[in-house]
Amino acid sequence: MAYSTNEMMTVAAARRLKNGSVCFVGIGLPSKAANLARLTSSPDVVLIYESGPIGAKPNVLPLSIGDGELAETADTVVSTSEIFRYWLQGGRVDVGFLGAAQVDRFGNINTTVVGDYHHPKVRLPGAGGAPEIAGSAKSVLIILKQSARSFVDKLDFITSVGHGEGGDSRKRLGLPGAGPVGIITDLCIMEPEAQTNEFVVTALHPGVTREQVVAATGWAIRFADNVELTAEPTDVELTALRDLETRTALAHGQAPGEA
Amino acid sequence: MAEIISLHDAVKQFVNDGDTVALEGFTHLIPTAAGHEIIRQGKKDLTLVRMTPDLIYDQLIGAGCARKLIFSWGGNPGVGSLHRLRDAVEKQWPQPLDIEEHSHADLANAYVAGASGLPFAVLRAYAGSDLPKVNPLIKTVTCPFTGEVLAAVPSVRPDVTVIHAQKADRKGNVLLWGILGVQKEAALAAKRCIVTVEEIVDDLQAPMNACVLPTWALSAVCHVPGGAHPSYAHGYTERDNRFYQAWDPIARDRETFTAWINEYIYGTANFSEFQAKLARASEAK
Repeated sequence: MAYSTNEMMTVAAARRLKNGSVCFVGIGLPSKAANLARLTSSPDVVLIYESGPIGAKPNVLPLSIGDGELAETADTVVSTSEIFRYWLQGGRVDVGFLGAAQVDRFGNINTTVVGDYHHPKVRLPGAGGAPEIAGSAKSVLIILKQSARSFVDKLDFITSVGHGEGGDSRKRLGLPGAGPVGIITDLCIMEPEAQTNEFVVTALHPGVTREQVVAATGWAIRFADNVELTAEPTDVELTALRDLETRTALAHGQAPGEA
Repeated sequence: MAEIISLHDAVKQFVNDGDTVALEGFTHLIPTAAGHEIIRQGKKDLTLVRMTPDLIYDQLIGAGCARKLIFSWGGNPGVGSLHRLRDAVEKQWPQPLDIEEHSHADLANAYVAGASGLPFAVLRAYAGSDLPKVNPLIKTVTCPFTGEVLAAVPSVRPDVTVIHAQKADRKGNVLLWGILGVQKEAALAAKRCIVTVEEIVDDLQAPMNACVLPTWALSAVCHVPGGAHPSYAHGYTERDNRFYQAWDPIARDRETFTAWINEYIYGTANFSEFQAKLARASEAK
């Protein structure tokens, strides 16, 4: 089946979520990929949303972080304070699955401002749950579309820390979790290099060239010694994703493709 | 004991100019009707607190009710920016707005501390983040037992918290369910609390361990069906996703926003008139 680069991104991200893992899910792309994982390779993944649902199994993707569908399909619904205190800070989250407006080479995330904080060029929504998810989840996956505007040499603002200044800087900050272990984009997969913790390309999606990745990255991106080729989405994966998007569009009264 | 009174009277009696006000709701059960009434009554100089300010805070800010916003994520969920918030922060319209920015974990803990009668909250947060550089209220404290350095943030203790819930009984005991966000904590952290409800019943029939706010912990209960629109009340109303999308172009310009506020808020006496006007407008389309 033919597929789009966005579909490749979602499928590649979904494959990273191990069956049975406990995943704290951000709204939007992370939620789409996490639910695709649940519907395909990882039926027993446990999805936690910051609004309170634990073990959510939505039949359609939530439009907001607090859609009723999440509560109705969850194993339990707790308060937002309990989510952050007992479940996240308590050390029970295996994977924090985050989106971002901008990332840098060490997987630090900006969702606060572009430009000066007090006189911003673009005011973004802000931190939400991300700083503590990035800090306390045992590992972090980041999913976002790749462009030189979103993959920047220097962040204007570090909202949520990844590997800080690289090397052992995250360890020195005393953060409990291991930090970001993968950035999945519509072009490639990046993983932190041993020692430096700088993100390097470890897999290219089919049909994507190194030049395309270089052009879409705001720093001098490097490639691992062995760059793999991402396996194309299978018919099963694509069908599950498209069915999910169609159900979602119908449920929210959107045109197909809007979801 | 909560008085069961009209929303007009509750806002008049319990919300004062200059108050710190939390209208909480985590996507679900957002107290929109109460926000409208605060605008209608022209309350001024409010410090607004909310983890997730969305449309109703955009309206309060654009209408000139707020001088400060304490928050952790501000946006129109699934749609984009809050244009009135941005205009106030970037261009001081209609008046300057101070912002005090936190993370969700921080504010959630700060409400718990407020409800617990404590001056500050302690949590493992912010290491490596730039937020403490722009918010001087985010400090650290060293654990006296282990030496671990942890984040310390002031508790949130609003003058008034306003929430929306599904049911109250005739004494003013309130039952809410579904996505609860931080509403219980926000209600108990505040000096005064107003709750709008979908219905008032003889018996709450609350299951054991359900989230019940007893009447003696509340100030006022107001019967406002649909009062969370365009948010929803689980079991009663659906989220109006179209309205969230429609808000974007309305809020984008000062003129379209002002016309909307004049027509729909100042031009209506209460929330049921607002609902009727909105329904007529959407039928006309």
